[in-house]
Amino acid sequence: MPKKVENVGCPYCGVCCDDLVVTVSDDGKKILEVENACAIGNQIFHHATGGERIRLPRLRQPDGTYKDISYEEAVDYAAKVLYNAKKPLIYGFGSTNCEGMAAAAKVAEKAGAVLDNCASICHGSSFLAIFDNGYPSCTLGETKNRADVIVYWGANPAHAHPRHMSRYSIFPRGFFTGKGHKSRKIIVIDPRHTDTAQMADIYLQVKQGHDYELFDAFRAVVRGHEIPDQVAGIKREQIVEVAEILKKARFGTIFYGMGLCHSDGRNHNVDIAISLTRDLNDFTKWTIMAMRGHYNITGPGAVWSWQYGYPYCLDLTKRDIAHMNPGETSSVDLAMRDEVDAFFNVGTDAGAHFPIDAVKHLRKHPWITVDPNINMASEISDLHIPVGIVGVEVPGIVYRMDNVPIQYRKVIDPPEGVISDEELFERIHQRLCELEAEETAKEGAKAAPEGVRAGSEP
Amino acid sequence: MSELLIRNGFVFDPLQGIKGDRMDIGIKGGKIVETSALNNPKTIDAAGMTVMAGGVDIHSHVVGPKVNVGRLFRPEDKLFKSPHKRCSRMEMGSSVPSTFKTGYDYARMGYVFVNEAAMPPLHSPHVHEEIRDTPIIDNAAMPVFGNNWFTLEYLKNNEIENNAAYTAWLLRATRGFGIKVVNPGGSEAWGWGLNCLHIHDPVPYFDITPAEIVKGLIETNERLGLPHSVHLHCNNLGNPGNYTDTLDSLRLAEGYTPKNDFGREQVMHVTHLQFHAYGGDSWKNVESRTKEIMDYVNAHDNITVDMGQVTLDETTTMTADGPFEYHLRAGNNLKWANVDVELETAAGVVPYIYSPKIKASTVQWAVGLELALLAKDPMRIFLTTDHPNAGPFTRYPQVIAWLMSRAARDETMKTFKWLDRTIDATSIDSIDRELTLYEIAQMTRAGPARALGVSNMYGGLAPGMDADIAVYALNPGDMPSDPAGIEKAFSRCAWLVKDGVVTVRDGEVVSEPAKRTVWVDVKVPENAQVQRDIYEHFLRHYSVKLDNYSLFEEHLHNSRVIEVDTT
Repeated sequence: MPKKVENVGCPYCGVCCDDLVVTVSDDGKKILEVENACAIGNQIFHHATGGERIRLPRLRQPDGTYKDISYEEAVDYAAKVLYNAKKPLIYGFGSTNCEGMAAAAKVAEKAGAVLDNCASICHGSSFLAIFDNGYPSCTLGETKNRADVIVYWGANPAHAHPRHMSRYSIFPRGFFTGKGHKSRKIIVIDPRHTDTAQMADIYLQVKQGHDYELFDAFRAVVRGHEIPDQVAGIKREQIVEVAEILKKARFGTIFYGMGLCHSDGRNHNVDIAISLTRDLNDFTKWTIMAMRGHYNITGPGAVWSWQYGYPYCLDLTKRDIAHMNPGETSSVDLAMRDEVDAFFNVGTDAGAHFPIDAVKHLRKHPWITVDPNINMASEISDLHIPVGIVGVEVPGIVYRMDNVPIQYRKVIDPPEGVISDEELFERIHQRLCELEAEETAKEGAKAAPEGVRAGSEP
Repeated sequence: MSELLIRNGFVFDPLQGIKGDRMDIGIKGGKIVETSALNNPKTIDAAGMTVMAGGVDIHSHVVGPKVNVGRLFRPEDKLFKSPHKRCSRMEMGSSVPSTFKTGYDYARMGYVFVNEAAMPPLHSPHVHEEIRDTPIIDNAAMPVFGNNWFTLEYLKNNEIENNAAYTAWLLRATRGFGIKVVNPGGSEAWGWGLNCLHIHDPVPYFDITPAEIVKGLIETNERLGLPHSVHLHCNNLGNPGNYTDTLDSLRLAEGYTPKNDFGREQVMHVTHLQFHAYGGDSWKNVESRTKEIMDYVNAHDNITVDMGQVTLDETTTMTADGPFEYHLRAGNNLKWANVDVELETAAGVVPYIYSPKIKASTVQWAVGLELALLAKDPMRIFLTTDHPNAGPFTRYPQVIAWLMSRAARDETMKTFKWLDRTIDATSIDSIDRELTLYEIAQMTRAGPARALGVSNMYGGLAPGMDADIAVYALNPGDMPSDPAGIEKAFSRCAWLVKDGVVTVRDGEVVSEPAKRTVWVDVKVPENAQVQRDIYEHFLRHYSVKLDNYSLFEEHLHNSRVIEVDTT
């Protein structure tokens, strides 16, 4: 009898649907059916047992081909790369669990590495705005139960977060929103007339790159000031109409996407979106939320904040103090300046996402990819270490886009011998400790550098 | 089995009534034993030093989502480098320290048990992940109930039995410790941008009042016989003139007596009382009303309180009192984070600067100290700073110095810009009382342990209890003439033994023994109605599935369960 596993979390996007039902074959080796998931989530599960998987770490050979090696050899190689590097960069983590992130941080701290996650090229600008202006937000269930006005700004969930609108924002019937879609006003603001815009009661086609001005206009109107006839390509009457809707809402949520944090203005767009949310709370209840992309890209921001106090771009090379300065300690900038001498790509694909110049610089040094699948990064790596797929083969905690922790299950065993990210990093940490001990035994503990201290008596 | 003997210290153990006698303490297998039970112990020479049980913190925000928002959104809070010898993990942050620094800093002060003051139930897996990463100290966490839709509905209909069954279920689901109530009704009202400032203000839609919520939860708590009592953050926090609301809240406990097997003697713990003891009607004419408040507390044995002492630092306020944080950001116009949590609670976070140059801050400082100095029974008032709200927990040694020394208070008051006005608005200048080491032991160990219902394990030095022992370089017969010496001794204990393991020596962490998660498991009769209500709310109103809500066993770390059977 095939077995049905219920309440399964989906390892695709930040919506973190946890209502999937996965049917597994009698022998527990094959995924037969996935219910409730979107097309993309569905594919992730089927892919796990549908095609060929990498089952052993692969080490690049002098002739350019890959050769299978054991996990033990891979752990040793990875630990030595970290041990010998002056400034290694460990980056990624959009697609793994928090246990893996915590273990990787332990490795980064031990190795004196830079530790960064995909927010660096995604919602990192949101963090900059949050540092300056805060984050008046809520959980997605609040939106479902209370919201009568929804704004999507620079976000296209119809494609990027396929079940966001049906689970949380537009369609669901909640406690105080029993009429579902009928009781809600939907406002979409985007320079492109997206499939999400099709759902809108009011669609504002903001002029590309002029979001900040439109926010400014809304703030002015909400606070009772005059505005010009037209702002950011939108007529005054329409701005006033929407501002009135925002003010008269019982409960509203602004969902914003990369259209804000990666168009002209970047963190400033997010900053003023937060300011508008603050202003609106003087009239009624408003909240704001970033449409975080991957299912657990919120995770490293949470884990590393409680471990070090910073969500991303952590420079741990000083060993006894972490510092964060995006632009200086951010992955792409480090790579563009050729400042790192080893690169770990974990649960993401820097090969596909980074600018080509950054990739070229990184490629000059040892490049290790940790990922269940073949991707562009794995194909240009020196070492590719496969791991189990979180949410399919490895359980663990992930953080949804609203920072709510969701406990993911495992539905099948990973391919025989394949380990989890957490185990891998724990083993690398162990090996690093051994290398350190060997070194100490050989040379004695590292002494303070000799020489005359500046300012000391002659 | 490793054996230790702490020799010749001046022992202060209020649970046994030991007041500074020179005694030896034996340790074997992680427990305190009679010294006669030792064969060949290692010896710690505590001659000329003060020996107390490991510290117990009844109310501190150290793990969980709002604490982590405080860390995340304040990069400026990492200005300082840790002055300590490197432990196994890096230490970052000051007002909201990293989990690692939290564990190490508490240990250096000789603390071993910290009760997380507010856990949003939906976020319990997050709380337990942070507990895992907080070294050395044992943690408990209290889920919040005062704005929970189940609780509001049951109590509105006076269904105490159902509420008790739900409470037992939620404690187990979150691996929680007790019933926390934050701004009852007010945080639910905040879902609509509203608040409940007074205990008879109705909660929108739910048609119940904060007074009914608190009384219903006291009845629930005593019906279940939990180790700890209802732990209340009153309505109308932080506003001038709020002392009348606080007195109204305190009176809600009248007529209730504790029912439990854990030695707890109160039915209500009122937390960070300092924020609730103001007269006047604006910050211009704010004044201390500690006399009225403490007269009431002193006369009523079924109440315990903690201070919430303002330490005059830059800090990060964070509370499940969502509307308060909104109100605060309008006052100081700094950044504001807010998280409303579906069906359960809310939270807000705002940085705040308490300054000796600002009258409001210095009045608050005086109010906090007055509470402790006017208290008749130090077993019922505990030392807290509502970390990090009124100041970071790392300032406890400074607070102890203020409590033990009039000179220390005078020294601080000299720095006040509005000293005369502060003196006019408060009674701090007329109080000469200086607390003793025994009273400090009551306020920081024995009292909180008894109020939490864990005084059979923590907070004392009787044989059979956990071997958690702090030794401070203070000679009770020869106390330092400079109060800074008191602060120094309590900042970095000479020795901390945790679970029988030497953990801190001369103020530095020397080992990191496994810590525990303390939680309460209550057996109640099966209740089909409550099971159905839970099923319905998860089906229709939560955004996560019921089966994914309860903490999975693998996410509970080093469990220490306290079992209660009501069947």
